[in-house]
Amino acid sequence: MESLSKVTEAALHAIRAARDLRKLEDLRVHFLGKKGVITEQLKGLGALPVEQRKQAGKTINEAKQLILRALEQRREVLEAEEREARLVQERLDVTLPGRRQEPGGLHPVTRTVERVQRLLGQFGFQVAEGPEVEDDYHNFEALNIPAHHPARAMHDTFYFDARTLLRTHTSPVQVRVMEEQAPPLRIIAPGRVYRCDSDLTHSPMFHQVEGLWVEEGVTFAHLRGILDHFLKAFFQQEDLQTRFRPSYFPFTEPSAEVDIQCVHCGGQGCRVCKQTGWLEVMGCGMVHPNVLGQAGIDADRYTGFAFGLGVERMAMLRYGVNDLRLFFDNDIRFLRQFA
Amino acid sequence: MRISNHWLGQWVDHGLSVEALGHRLTMAGLELDAIEPVGGSFSGVVVGRVLSVQPHPDADKLRVCLVDGGSGEPVSVVCGAPNVREGMRAPFAPVGAVLPNDFRLKKVKLRGVPSHGMLCSARELGLSEDHEGLMELPGDAPVGADLRTLLDLDDQVLEVDLTPNRADCLSMAGVAREVAALTGRPLTPVEPDPVPAASQEGVPVTLEAPADCPRYARRVIRGVDPQAQTPLWMRERLRRAGVRSLGPLVDVTNYVMLELGQPMHAFDLSALSGGIVVRRARPGERLTLLDGQDLTLGGEDLVIADQEKCLALAGIMGGQDSGVGDDTRDLLLESAHFSPTAIAGRARHHGLHTDSSHRFERGVDPDLPARALERATGLLCGIAGGTPGPAQVAETPEHLPVRSGIPFRPAQVGRLLGVDIPEAEMRGILERLGCAVEDAQGAWRVTPPGYRFDLAIEADLIEEIARIHGYERLPARVPAMVPRIDWMDEARVELPRIRQVFTDLGYLEAVTFSFVDGELEGRLAHGVEPLRLANPLSSEMAVMRTTLWSGLLKAARHNLNRQQERVRLFETGLRFIPQGDDLKQEKMLAGILCGPLCPDQWARETRGVDFFDMKGDVEAVLARAGLESRVRWQACQDPALHPGQGAQLLLDGDPIGRAGALNPEIASALDIETPVYLFELRLEAITRGHIPRFREQSRYPAIRRDLALVVEASVPAARVMEVIHGLELPVLQEVKLFDVYAGKGVPDGCKSLALGLILQDLSSTLTDEAVDRMIQDIVERLQQEVGATLRA
Repeated sequence: MESLSKVTEAALHAIRAARDLRKLEDLRVHFLGKKGVITEQLKGLGALPVEQRKQAGKTINEAKQLILRALEQRREVLEAEEREARLVQERLDVTLPGRRQEPGGLHPVTRTVERVQRLLGQFGFQVAEGPEVEDDYHNFEALNIPAHHPARAMHDTFYFDARTLLRTHTSPVQVRVMEEQAPPLRIIAPGRVYRCDSDLTHSPMFHQVEGLWVEEGVTFAHLRGILDHFLKAFFQQEDLQTRFRPSYFPFTEPSAEVDIQCVHCGGQGCRVCKQTGWLEVMGCGMVHPNVLGQAGIDADRYTGFAFGLGVERMAMLRYGVNDLRLFFDNDIRFLRQFA
Repeated sequence: MRISNHWLGQWVDHGLSVEALGHRLTMAGLELDAIEPVGGSFSGVVVGRVLSVQPHPDADKLRVCLVDGGSGEPVSVVCGAPNVREGMRAPFAPVGAVLPNDFRLKKVKLRGVPSHGMLCSARELGLSEDHEGLMELPGDAPVGADLRTLLDLDDQVLEVDLTPNRADCLSMAGVAREVAALTGRPLTPVEPDPVPAASQEGVPVTLEAPADCPRYARRVIRGVDPQAQTPLWMRERLRRAGVRSLGPLVDVTNYVMLELGQPMHAFDLSALSGGIVVRRARPGERLTLLDGQDLTLGGEDLVIADQEKCLALAGIMGGQDSGVGDDTRDLLLESAHFSPTAIAGRARHHGLHTDSSHRFERGVDPDLPARALERATGLLCGIAGGTPGPAQVAETPEHLPVRSGIPFRPAQVGRLLGVDIPEAEMRGILERLGCAVEDAQGAWRVTPPGYRFDLAIEADLIEEIARIHGYERLPARVPAMVPRIDWMDEARVELPRIRQVFTDLGYLEAVTFSFVDGELEGRLAHGVEPLRLANPLSSEMAVMRTTLWSGLLKAARHNLNRQQERVRLFETGLRFIPQGDDLKQEKMLAGILCGPLCPDQWARETRGVDFFDMKGDVEAVLARAGLESRVRWQACQDPALHPGQGAQLLLDGDPIGRAGALNPEIASALDIETPVYLFELRLEAITRGHIPRFREQSRYPAIRRDLALVVEASVPAARVMEVIHGLELPVLQEVKLFDVYAGKGVPDGCKSLALGLILQDLSSTLTDEAVDRMIQDIVERLQQEVGATLRA
């Protein structure tokens, strides 16, 4: 039996020395396989005398168990090593950039209009739309601006013919809504408007948002309240000062211009606010009785207010854009800043 | 409107700092634009008298002058002004004086000649842009007098933006009235003394268009001194108001307009034949204006004429032939009332805008002409002498504007403003503004003053009350609201959601002009004649777009020209399609892409975008709208698109848009070298959307069978799919087209399509036999319909 113990020792030694799983498997086959050294010894048991057979069988089985355990232990070690090695090999530079589409984004005008819509939507204003190629009646006459009215000089109008023009403001949507629906009315009308004027601070096309609320009991105080809340919310500034100042629009009476405290200098006076501390941001007023009457609304029963804001102006103030023309160049480097 | 604070102070002692006054005016609706000093900041400058002028020994253009600056000791001054001459008086800055920009004068030598100070031009003192020569001071200006005091230069000008309704404030008198009403301080008007007639000479006037001109006052003045100079104080006031001095005759009429608000005109009496006729122009009648412009007039124009010819465009501008000049000795002063409707639009029609038309088209107080005429006569005769005839007024009282009483219900103020203002305060405000207030059966009757053309209805008066009471004192309240629920159409895919599809796909949103270049538009639009602007800003913005592509192409080119090679832009907006007399203004969604599919990236191969990248993006938005399976892409010939890479999109057979590669000819005309892909869809078609409807799912396994079909290359893949779907096999869940191949192993002129068919039954597991049968049916049908064979 000396040879068995030598075999066992040699086996255990070889197993310990095995460097990988394949080698280990070879050893298993060599010692324990169908024709393995140990297996052969077990096969040889039959040739032994009966009285020795039991003892010899026990000894061989012990040796087999010893080798099996050693194989098992070694396998675990090697498997762990192999796993470890694979993980090391699979290690990535996690700082490399990922594969993706570059993000797109909305135009700052849309971004601003959507924000205005969401904010005023909370007061129940619903979006209304109207044509951009308008008729003289809806753009002017119905808004109390007859032919040759000096206010027309403030609107450099693009014409197609004597009756047809590009709307110079979103106010005609007011008229169309009042013609088609009965009060109470609460709408905002965002959209493109056009003036025949192009320089550093004027674009022949720009955007406005018009608002209109017609209902019994609506007052100038409500107009102030709504716009006050809206402007504070838009600029996300609880202590934003606003002021109403008398102004003139033919379709509102009384009319007002709305100023906010300069968002650049906090009202101290700077280049943006021309040292006044104030920025003009909106025009508004109580709907002129002639405009209500023209649209078939009883001005003795209903009152209403209307307001309008320039989208590009609001966007310039909000995002600090310093050149109006950038809005229409559609330069990717500009647009991406709002993505 | 430029208001000199010192001049205003003569009319009303407002007691405010100029900043406080500006704020008060702003808050009353007369928006302050700027406060400006009336001259540069300088000190020590005095009236100097040039005693002698000698040539400079060493310089042709310089002179050596002996100047008396009032200090007792005349000094030598080197001067380069061309107009310097012996005896003239001009501003003199002696050594020690400080000119604008802190320029302190020292004794210097100019080309070897000592100079003890400087004679100044108006520009050097910050008084005007005039740098022609020395600023000439009148001969009676006291030598040595401080120039700031003499010219009253410690004054400021308030530049105020007036809204078109406040024509009553287009004069010092009007602003003073307003300031008096705002501050409660008394008005101290400059009342002209009547100038008695020194002759009986008059000029007859016929008012042939009495509705347009119901009042015409005039006065003959003979024998004025053509050498007379406008006095310094008047020149200064004109300058502060932004009006150039043009000699006493014109200056006086301008001055009276600035002071009282009445535009006036002076005719050279010698140019008149017979009496004045105020009438409409005869069609085709011609007139050369003071500024040299030749006009052809029409029956809408109101003119001042004599018996023979047209003299002036009434209320707008005088004529060249009848205007006063440097040698005019006899003149006719006109001070008339023209109705706003007669003037409005006429100046603009002729491309004119004058101080006079600006005022008349907004409304001038009809009671002013006589007063203004007296004032002008007094000023003119004081300056230039002359013998005035009697002030004559022709008028048709029935045509004069009448301020009728406006019924006013005090309670309406609260109803409109949401604030209680005591009745006494309201009445006080109206009266301070010059309105007459009478009680009339529980309401008031308020008659506005003649100069307030803007007060016609109750709401106008309410605004006046709010204005004077102070907008800043009015309350702000959020109205109580009855909650209401908006139904919100669930099917509808709102525009923001559609935009988001594209921003998520990496598109940036563009906003391009709605008016575009007519020529490019012609290449992009199929047979549509675009709507043309009558007054475009340029040929590049001449027609209304019939497609959003021209704007997007321009935007793409802008970026490509600026090293931005990867462009993905989309836009939503109207297109304008003329249809007979009608115009369809239709909302569109359009996009453009070119350049690499993805930005350069270490882990991905870069390639340029192609048709199917574009198509995939369009499919993404169609899928969002639930329309993917209902939209058919049909090859089409579109002039804007590559003849082999253009498609029309049909939703249930209706065209909803087009897509494809830009026609290479157009690309090269635009100098675009990279392939460009475009799409455009009618927004309405994709916002309709749908509400999901549940379908039961099978619990049995699905079976996949792959087919490799060979068809002729011209057979569209969609046709193959149609044939398969046409069999309406209920168990056919999906057909995937997973490969397209042409080349080795496929006959010439053919292509191989690899299809994966997913089959699944709702109520049982499909047997192989059943599947085989269906596949056989499909193959047979494909064979019949499109000549497909199974690839060997």
